[in-house]
Amino acid sequence: MGETQSPMKEEPGRKLVSTTRLIDESSLKERLILLFTQWEVILGLLLILVFAYFINITPYFLDAFNLLNTTFTFTEKAVMALPMIFIIMAGDIDISVASIIALSSFAMGYASANGAGTVSLVVIGLLVGLAAGLFNGIFVTKVGMPAIAVTLATQSIFRGIPQAVLGDKAYTQYPASFAYFGQGYVGDTFIPFSLVFFLILALVMGFVLHRTRFGRKIYAIGNAKEAARFSGVNVERIRFINFALMGLFCGIASVLLTSRIGSTRPNIALGYDMEVITLVVLGGVSISGGKGNLFGVLMAIFLVGYLKFGMGLVNLSAKAMIITTGTLLIVAVLLPGFLNTAKSWRKLKRQQQVSPEKV
Amino acid sequence: MNKFPLVAKLNMGKLKGRRETSLVLLILLLLAIVTLRSPGFVSGKNIQRIVNDTSILVMVSLGQFFVILAGGIDLSVGSMIGLSGMAASLMNEANPAIPAIVVLLAGVVIGTALGTLNGFIVAFGKVPPIIVTLGTLSVFRGLTFVLSKGQWVTAHEMTESYMKLPHGNLFGISNLIWWGLLVSVALYYLSNYTRSGREVYAIGGNKTAAKFVGVNERKINMMIFTLSGMVSGLAGVMWTARYAAAVNETATGFELQTVAACVIGGVSIAGGSGAVPGVILGALFIGIINNALPVINLSPFYQLLIQGAIVLFAMLVNTLSSRRRAHKLLQERLS
Repeated sequence: MGETQSPMKEEPGRKLVSTTRLIDESSLKERLILLFTQWEVILGLLLILVFAYFINITPYFLDAFNLLNTTFTFTEKAVMALPMIFIIMAGDIDISVASIIALSSFAMGYASANGAGTVSLVVIGLLVGLAAGLFNGIFVTKVGMPAIAVTLATQSIFRGIPQAVLGDKAYTQYPASFAYFGQGYVGDTFIPFSLVFFLILALVMGFVLHRTRFGRKIYAIGNAKEAARFSGVNVERIRFINFALMGLFCGIASVLLTSRIGSTRPNIALGYDMEVITLVVLGGVSISGGKGNLFGVLMAIFLVGYLKFGMGLVNLSAKAMIITTGTLLIVAVLLPGFLNTAKSWRKLKRQQQVSPEKV
Repeated sequence: MNKFPLVAKLNMGKLKGRRETSLVLLILLLLAIVTLRSPGFVSGKNIQRIVNDTSILVMVSLGQFFVILAGGIDLSVGSMIGLSGMAASLMNEANPAIPAIVVLLAGVVIGTALGTLNGFIVAFGKVPPIIVTLGTLSVFRGLTFVLSKGQWVTAHEMTESYMKLPHGNLFGISNLIWWGLLVSVALYYLSNYTRSGREVYAIGGNKTAAKFVGVNERKINMMIFTLSGMVSGLAGVMWTARYAAAVNETATGFELQTVAACVIGGVSIAGGSGAVPGVILGALFIGIINNALPVINLSPFYQLLIQGAIVLFAMLVNTLSSRRRAHKLLQERLS
């Protein structure tokens, strides 16, 4: 559709809107503008900027071992971000994810204190996460309560259980082999197991979202729930599966996190829900649903992860990081709107310029 | 919603089947149960103590109420309380000569400014409230640390008159309760007797319809978030003065309690329905539970779990009763 010339020639005395194609979309300039206002490209540029900046001010940043090792600190959140894409894409939200981690970690700690082995710990962690997700899913889709309301309540309930039982105590006894998931490397390399595992999960989830009917249905629901329902999409079932997946992935993240820090306190993973949602929204997934892709979120994960790593290297406090992520979140949701306004304003300006001479 | 069919039948007319009625009955039942364990619980002095403890929750919940009524949510109230409380305390510490009432005013102004910022982003950036306030939740909390440089303001760094703000009393009732009453009455008036108040209901009920009858959504969004910031600012000053300490974590997680008070009070989380008296009763209900836990020998660590369970239950009741109402309406129309 980007042609400048319409096959129909202008008849004298008649203006055809189609001949006055206002912006030549095939020109280099327009293509560049289109390219650089694409969200993933902006993220990519930001990532390059972060790298360039920190390489410039500290010699410890550009170091393969450091760069790989620092992924330990954000793979758990990255794993949680994957199903969160599905949830937000379908127009829901889950703010109980950090509490699911706490509940699942608590269950593993309890089992471990009672002599469970590594394999059964992992199974317990995953099952408890899945159960929590199913619990959310039932209330959202079967009872029909808003996702924000349900997960606000379960945020307290899921964390309330470990807090009630543990109080100010902690589980710290885990089998030695359990530490592999969150601390181990693949073979003799410096590549963390958790990073590889996350990348595999990302590949699978990316396939599901972008190459399967299930994924297309999620987009359909996010764009127009009612329209999707009328065209035969089982909306409730897909939303239910989303919440179940979310729970399962929180279970996985809980295994990784518990294994990495080797202890379970009631306040484990506190604040992760906000960070995970930030990653997804920053990755270009629209909170009102139906927009975005997994690649953008992947970029956002590494952008935030390495930004934090760099800020840590130059001794910026954790609080500065909190402000940064909060600001990033707001900017990330504001920016697409601004870009759109700027684009349509530019088009309007062109129209105003063009029309007088044509008349 | 009718938990006590026999009792409710005795109440006539409008009282029957209302959330406020069943909440009052529920609160009385709760008080009766706790009194069985500890007879001193319902003494006038203890009741006043509980109301005093709950006044801050009442104020902030009412601010939250208007936001939820319009279909949004304000997750940043805890951080606004923390930041404005810290700012006021630092001001008090830095310059004890400034009268306490001026410091109070400064705290309210700061809270108002923070709320206005939320409202501005929501209204003009067209960003969903949950995302905006999720972001400002961390930004405000981070700013609190920046402002305080990680330090606390403790009792001996505050002036006597500052700490008197909530503790002083008038006619035997503490100032804090008077403040809570003032906010309650003002916001009751706003919600029921002003144009803007009714417009909030209109937006929450049906955004498109409200727009067509000329409700300015931007203006209302600015108003409700500013209001939520204003009461949070007041609450911040009261909080730090009452506990005679401004710590960096003040009121972390408080947003949940305010939402809980609204939901228990019968406010629909989808917006459009609910009322000020219900929210006040909801907040009091939470206050009584929190105060009753030690009396019935449950550790305070159970608070989170119990609160979550109550919120889930209250929302379940809200959803089911509104569904039943809709069903009834449909049947009436069909017959």
